[in-house]
Amino acid sequence: MDIVKLSALEIREKILNKELSATQVVKAHLDRIDEIDKDINAFISINKEEALKAAEQVDEKIKNGEDLGSLAGIPIALKDNIVTRGTKTTCGSKMLEDFMSPYDARVVEMIKSQDGIIIGKTNMDEFAMGSSNERSYFGPTKNPVNTKLVPGGSSGGSAAAVKANEVPLALGTDTGGSIRQPAAYCDLVGIKPSYGLVSRYGVVPLANTLDAVGVFGKNVTDAALMLSAIAGYDEKDSTSYENSIDLVFEKGLEPIEYIKGMKIGIPKEIYLDEVDKRLKDHMDKVIKIFESLGASVEEISLPHLKYGLATYHVIATAEISSNMARFDGLRYGHRAKEYSSLDELYTNSRTEAFGDEVKRRILMGTYYLSMGHGRDYYEKALKMRTLIIDDFNKAFKDYDIILTPTSPILPFELGKLKDEPLTKDLTGIFTAPVNLAGLCAMSIPCGYIDGLPVGLQIIGDRFKENNIIKAGLGFEGGMKNGI
Amino acid sequence: MAYKTLIGLEIHVELATKTKMFCGCANSFGGEANTHCCPVCLGLPGSLPVINKTAVEYAIKAGIAFNCKINTKTKMDRKNYYYADLVKGYQISQDDIPLCEDGYIEIELENGTKKINLQRIHIEEDTGKLTHTMEGDTLIDYNRSGVPLIEIVSKPDMNTPEEARLFLEKLRSTLKYIEVSDVKMEEGSLRCDININVVDTESGAKTNITEIKNLNSFRGAVKAMEYEEERHIQLLKEGKNTVRETRRWDEVKNETITMREKGGAEDYRYAVDGDLAPIEISQTWIEEIRSNLPELPHDKKERFIKEYDLSEYDAGVLTASKELASFFEETIKYIDDTKLVSNWIMGDVLRRLKDEEIEIEDSKITPKALGQLISLVKSGKINNNTGKKVLREVFETGKDPEVIVKEKGLIQISDESQILEIVERVLSENQQSIVDYKNGKDRALGFLVGQVMKASRGKANPQLVNKMILDLIDKM
Repeated sequence: MDIVKLSALEIREKILNKELSATQVVKAHLDRIDEIDKDINAFISINKEEALKAAEQVDEKIKNGEDLGSLAGIPIALKDNIVTRGTKTTCGSKMLEDFMSPYDARVVEMIKSQDGIIIGKTNMDEFAMGSSNERSYFGPTKNPVNTKLVPGGSSGGSAAAVKANEVPLALGTDTGGSIRQPAAYCDLVGIKPSYGLVSRYGVVPLANTLDAVGVFGKNVTDAALMLSAIAGYDEKDSTSYENSIDLVFEKGLEPIEYIKGMKIGIPKEIYLDEVDKRLKDHMDKVIKIFESLGASVEEISLPHLKYGLATYHVIATAEISSNMARFDGLRYGHRAKEYSSLDELYTNSRTEAFGDEVKRRILMGTYYLSMGHGRDYYEKALKMRTLIIDDFNKAFKDYDIILTPTSPILPFELGKLKDEPLTKDLTGIFTAPVNLAGLCAMSIPCGYIDGLPVGLQIIGDRFKENNIIKAGLGFEGGMKNGI
Repeated sequence: MAYKTLIGLEIHVELATKTKMFCGCANSFGGEANTHCCPVCLGLPGSLPVINKTAVEYAIKAGIAFNCKINTKTKMDRKNYYYADLVKGYQISQDDIPLCEDGYIEIELENGTKKINLQRIHIEEDTGKLTHTMEGDTLIDYNRSGVPLIEIVSKPDMNTPEEARLFLEKLRSTLKYIEVSDVKMEEGSLRCDININVVDTESGAKTNITEIKNLNSFRGAVKAMEYEEERHIQLLKEGKNTVRETRRWDEVKNETITMREKGGAEDYRYAVDGDLAPIEISQTWIEEIRSNLPELPHDKKERFIKEYDLSEYDAGVLTASKELASFFEETIKYIDDTKLVSNWIMGDVLRRLKDEEIEIEDSKITPKALGQLISLVKSGKINNNTGKKVLREVFETGKDPEVIVKEKGLIQISDESQILEIVERVLSENQQSIVDYKNGKDRALGFLVGQVMKASRGKANPQLVNKMILDLIDKM
């Protein structure tokens, strides 16, 4: 039995029925990381000793017949912008190269309380700014599907770690598509939950009104298992959703039982000039699968969708410019050696420690919040956000889910778009509006085009995670025979 | 030439909540540096603020006490700037929708009441505190970081430094009344910035607004305003203008000194803080806060005038501080004579407090002791002068007046037979004074009474002594 190829649910079952010990499972994954990560570069830090210790504790619990949490013995990787006591949290930046958080993020506490094993921290675009993982201070991550390709980003390390069988589950963060796009590029399931479903406490923010912590898994059930362990109200996060929802993730139903009667909308606005022409035919095949499973699929209109990316860009960079201000070299993080005044300390530390993309976004965000013309963009973006939310609200009155491709372009080669930040930003064209509206969405594998993996985005209304999970479970089954 | 001074004040008040504005750390003055801190008030990566409901309640209390409109839908914004005492690179504050708006504070002037309008009261978090050492280092203490503040902004409705002083006094006593802050300027729980300029009412010429910071006392604030008023007028006289700038008050040199010039308007790039949900305040909650508000200074004063038959002036003095007012109301439970109690408090008690530079709540005298003392005087057991001496001793030792009187044998002698001998001796030794008195010099009588009082070591009943001397002289 090749342990690292098992799904999370399989690992859990085998641990519970004592076919495998947690220590065996963790060791197998640590070995796998040892073997392959030099080629993939998915991890920034490995938690070897702590992970083994945690595994022993789980085995001890099993021995004593104690109750086990839902993640018992499952190795889990965390994106390196989720703070952890005892392991550094770098955010993929020189600024936090040696930063040790004195506290654990809420999601870390929740994983530990469910007996999950945190095995390490994954590579990412610096401070989650990027969509290819090429903007990490710790070097780019490669796509395990094909190491010439980027894994997507900014949660590219988490996606690559799962795809390379280094872990069965990983957490990422998604502000404009940073879980869904790498999930699509690495041929995985990725879920960005509704804004507020998972606590942001202890997650280094990119843009506070858009950020969501979400999950990667090899299949829908695994992803749902992971999500259900971290979802829930947190009094430390003022934007946390106060109600709880029971997520469905049990297998066993026929695909048609999940999908039958589902009303699905396809926005007619998705085939913009920037979108890869091959995707249209592919989407038609996807639609046929849903229809064959008993769904009714109709064309809908989201008239403001085309402004989504620009709106996202202005709001996100504005929030980023403010969020990045605390990294001033004074209390923690990189401090320049040379300075002769407080202002110089700030300037030199930040100049030395931030990469180009971070600087670019701080500059743009600062402009958008400044008095004068820049401010006009920000005020307009806030209004446009409301219109986009209204579009979705209208659509979800009549439809259960909305489908789009996850990314308008297919996975590209490493280094190819390095100096084209705008083209790379474009990959968020279908994902960013979802964050603007606080909705939930999943990217699920839907076959290949010319050998490149394609992701389908399933969008659900706020806190209707079960709709996208059901659709995902049904589609996954329907895809068994290919597309 | 006639000049009109325009003064507006911006006052920061630390709210006396148990915990800080956005985390559970203790909100207490002092303490070892950087010990009341957590990831939230240190602004560590990933930490999130959660608003302190009591701080909002206190701010609403202040808003109601100062006659403001309370905005039921508001939000917290980020004020972006860099400084070493600011942990996040932004301060969580309020921009375009303050919690409270459009209030006023009334001050009492000789020619009546004047309304000073308030523009707004908003809530925000305090910053850490920097200490510059002699060696040239700067130390940072983040214990104060995240302490809840309200910022009260007045309109430029004050026209003299004295009006500003009265405004500050009223503001401070009201905040103390409603128990939202200990308002100690020396500990920094009340901080005041001044905006001042002067208009030449004939030519219409006016100076640029000067902002004054670094004021540590009301007295310093008044001096700074007087200094600036004069400086502005002088410049107007010379046909010049002030520079738009921030100055600080130098207590040693007794002058204001340029801190920095103000270029264009400062741009704080305000934006809503997405980490905090919008704030919605129900009308029910506002009404609940309003109905639980203690009696405010103005209402108390009106009640004192009506209920205790006091003059407007006396009622005003007695209600200036909540503690003094309650001291008065406690005292009259022991001696049912409001005017007498008022006279004693307004006179000797306040004088002693002023001499010792303390507040009534910090003194050793209790309402029970004062009541006892006044009873002793009123019943004639001790005379007025003895009463004053006993009061001094109560202030010093905190002993019961009755105990003091007994220990020192200060009971007034009202028995004629005991005083007669002294009176006769004094008269026989001061023949000239008797002659003087008979020749119409009234002062001579006072001298004779004084001699008798002295010989009785202050214990004789002065009215009785007076009467006895007159009787004896008549018989001569």
